[in-house]
Amino acid sequence: MQEKLSTNNTVLLYIFGKKYEVPSTLTIQKAMEYAGYRFIRNCGCRGGVCGACLTMYRIRGDYRLYNVLACQASVEPGMEITQIPFIPLRKAIYDIRNIGNLMEALNIYYPEVLRCLSCNTCTKSCPQDIIVMESIQAAIKGDFKKASEISFPCVMCGACAARCPAEISPQNVTLFVRRLYVTHALSVPGNLSSMVKEIAQGKFDPMLDELVKLDLTRLKEIYLKREQEPLEAGRWEPQERDFPANLLK
Amino acid sequence: MSYPISMKENIKTLESTRDERLKEKIPRLSLEEREKLIRSYHPQHRDGAQRKLKVGINKGELIPNEIADLFEAKSRIDPDKIDLNNPDYSVDVLVIGGGGGGASAALLAQETGAHVLLITKLRFGDSNTIMSEGGVQAAVDEQDSPLLHYLDTMGGGGFTNIPGLVRTLVRDAPEVLKWLLDLGVMFDRTPDERNILSSFAGGQCRRRVHSCADYSGLDMMRILRDETYNRGIEVIEFIPAIELILDDSGSCSGALTLDLETNKKFLIKAKTVILATGGSGRLHFQGFPTTNHYGATGDGLVIANRIGARIIFLDAIQFHPTGTLYPEHILGLLVTEAFRGWGAHLVNSEGKRFINELEKRDITAPAVIREVVWKKKAIYSPTGREGVWLDTPLVEIINGQGTINRIFPHLKHRFQGFGIDITKEPILVYPTIHYQNGGILIDERGESSVKGLYVAGEASGGVHGRNRLGGNSLLDIFVFGRRAGKYAALRAKEKKVGKLTLQCVNDYERELSEAGVLKDIASPGILPDYRYERTISGIYR
Repeated sequence: MQEKLSTNNTVLLYIFGKKYEVPSTLTIQKAMEYAGYRFIRNCGCRGGVCGACLTMYRIRGDYRLYNVLACQASVEPGMEITQIPFIPLRKAIYDIRNIGNLMEALNIYYPEVLRCLSCNTCTKSCPQDIIVMESIQAAIKGDFKKASEISFPCVMCGACAARCPAEISPQNVTLFVRRLYVTHALSVPGNLSSMVKEIAQGKFDPMLDELVKLDLTRLKEIYLKREQEPLEAGRWEPQERDFPANLLK
Repeated sequence: MSYPISMKENIKTLESTRDERLKEKIPRLSLEEREKLIRSYHPQHRDGAQRKLKVGINKGELIPNEIADLFEAKSRIDPDKIDLNNPDYSVDVLVIGGGGGGASAALLAQETGAHVLLITKLRFGDSNTIMSEGGVQAAVDEQDSPLLHYLDTMGGGGFTNIPGLVRTLVRDAPEVLKWLLDLGVMFDRTPDERNILSSFAGGQCRRRVHSCADYSGLDMMRILRDETYNRGIEVIEFIPAIELILDDSGSCSGALTLDLETNKKFLIKAKTVILATGGSGRLHFQGFPTTNHYGATGDGLVIANRIGARIIFLDAIQFHPTGTLYPEHILGLLVTEAFRGWGAHLVNSEGKRFINELEKRDITAPAVIREVVWKKKAIYSPTGREGVWLDTPLVEIINGQGTINRIFPHLKHRFQGFGIDITKEPILVYPTIHYQNGGILIDERGESSVKGLYVAGEASGGVHGRNRLGGNSLLDIFVFGRRAGKYAALRAKEKKVGKLTLQCVNDYERELSEAGVLKDIASPGILPDYRYERTISGIYR
C-alpha cells in the first residue's frame, strides 16, 4: 500500500534514509533540527550565502537528483536527503599583484579548465541557478567580464566541483577570474582615487580634529544643519559646498 | 507557494495607495521625537530585559539577561587540570574568528612581519560578514566628505560614540575601500564604469554605501579568505576558543581551544591575541529571531570578560526593522536596508506609510513595533505573525524595470524559491535582532583594556555608540581589523611572554560564587540548540 507522504501540516521525508515526520513550514535545515540533529558542519549563515549546507535529494519515484541549500529550500513530501560536509577542491596559489599576462594567467594557474566538456552538469547542479558552464567557457575564451558577471552569485558550496566530469573546481576558477577582472581589466574608480589622495594629503585632518573636540551641544547643532541629498537620482549640488568646514573655525 | 488569499487581499490595499504615497514627504523626526520613540517602543527598554553585573571588571554594567547568564556561568574547564607548560602551537599573533575582521587582521599582521595563526569556530568565512547585503560606507563622492560621514555616524549613535574611534573610522574608510578593490572586490559601478556607485542607507545625509549587488559581504569574505590562503597563513577550523590566557605580567598570551569534532583541547601560546569573534544574535534576546549566522553566540565577550576586559554599550542591541516574517521558513532573515535606500516604503494594513524610511534603525524598528503592537495596524501571516509591508515593487516603479534583478539578485532568488516575485509583490517584515552595537571597549589601535588583547569588528564596542548606521559595520571590521592586525604584530615584536596562567578564571568563578550568582551552566555557549520543538516554538533556551 502506498504510504501517505503528507497531511495538512506535516510531511514525511527521509534523512540519510531514515523516515521522519516534520512540519511542512520548515526548511530542510530546520526539519533536520526538528528531527533532532544538532549541526556542527553543514550549517553556517542560515541565510543562503555561505554554502555550508549543500544538500542533495531525490523525491521518491523521481529519477532526478537535486542540489539545494538546506537553509533556503522548503521540505517536500517524499524527499530523500543527504548532506555533504566538505568537498576537496583545487585552489591555485597566486600573487594578485604579480599576475603577468591576463590571457595566459588562466592557463598557468588553472590549466584544467581546458578539459571542460561543455556537458553543463555544473549548471544543472548549482543551487544558486548560475549558468556555471557559460562562465567557465567565457573564461576560456578570455571574456573575463562575462565570466565574472555570470559567476558573481557563487556561494562556493562546491556542488559543481563534486559533479564535474572534467574535475574542475569552478568556484575557485571563477573567483580567480573575478579577482583578475577587477584588478587588471576594470579602470580605477575616479571618485575613490581622488578621495584617497585628498585624505593622504591631510586635507580633512584639521577639521576632523575640530569635530572630535566639539562639545555635544555644538555638535548636535551642526548635525541638524546637514543638507539632505534627495532620494531621487540625478545630479545634485548642496547649497553649502564647504559644510561643515565653514562652521569649524 | 505564494501569498495566501488573506494577504493578497491586503496587497490590493497597498497597491491602491501607491500613487498617493509616492507624492507624500514624511519629514525626519527631531532629536526629541527620536528619543521618545526609542524610550517608548524599542525592545531594549523593555522592563526586566537587562540586569547589572554583580562582579568582575564590568561590575555595575547593565547588560541583557541572556549575556549576563553566560557571564555568570562556569568555565568549560577546570583550570587546575590544564597543563600550561606544553603549548600545542606557539605563534606571534593568534587571531580568533574567521569573519571579515579576523581575516583582515590576519593579513595585516602577517604583512607586518608576524607569524600568524587564525582559528575559527565554524568554517573560515562563516560569519555575519558574509551575510552583509547592503554594503560598506565610505565618503568618496564630490559632494560628500569624511566630515559628513563623521556627523552622520555620531548622530546615528545618538552622540554616544567615542569621537576618536569615529574619526579613525571615517578617515580610514576610503583607503579601506581601495584595499578591498585592489584585492579584487567587485563593487557596483556607475553606468560608465568610471566610478563606484553610491547609494543610501538610513541616517545618511549623502549617498555613501558601496555594494556588490546584495552579495557585498559574500564577495569581500570569499576574496579575503582566498587571499589568506594565497599568503600561506595557517587556518584551523572548528576550534573555538573557550578561555583566554594571561601571562604573569597580566598580558594576554594565548587561548585554550576546543576541537568541536574530536573534543580535544589545544593550547595556543601567542605573543598577542586578536579577538574577532563577532556578535551575539543567536542568543535570541527576548525571544526575537535574528539575521545572524549560526555561530553568533557572544563567546568572545564571555572569555574576555573573565580576563578583565572592559565592555561598553552592551545593553544596546540593534533590531533591524525589516526581517522576513513570511514565509515562516526564513523567519527573521535580513531584507537589506538598501531597498528603502532605493525607494521602497514601509506600509501598514491601511496602506499608509508611518515613518520616513531613511530614518536610522533604532528609530525605524520601534516605529514598526508601534504600528503593529500598539496601533494594531498589522498585516497577519497565516500562522498569526504580525508585521508590515515593505513595498519592494516601488523600487522598479521608481528606478525602472530590471533594477531589482540588478541590485538585489540574492533577495529576488531567495523569495522566488517560495513563489514570491518581489518585483511585483511586497515583503512582509518585522524587526529582528541584527547587531550588537556595543562590545569590548577598544582604542584606536584596536587594543582592549587588557594588554596584548586586541579586538576587531562586532565583538568590539565604542565606535558605533548605542546604534550603528547601515554600512558602518562592514567598514568597522576592515578598519579596526587591519589596525588590530598591524598593532598586534608590532607589539608581538617587542614582547616576551612570561609564565602562562588561568588564575583569573578561578578568581572570577570564586567571585561569582561568593556573590551568589554563579549559574549551573557552562559558557561560552559555542553553538545554539534548535533541536526538537525549539525549531518551531521560537523558545530557544
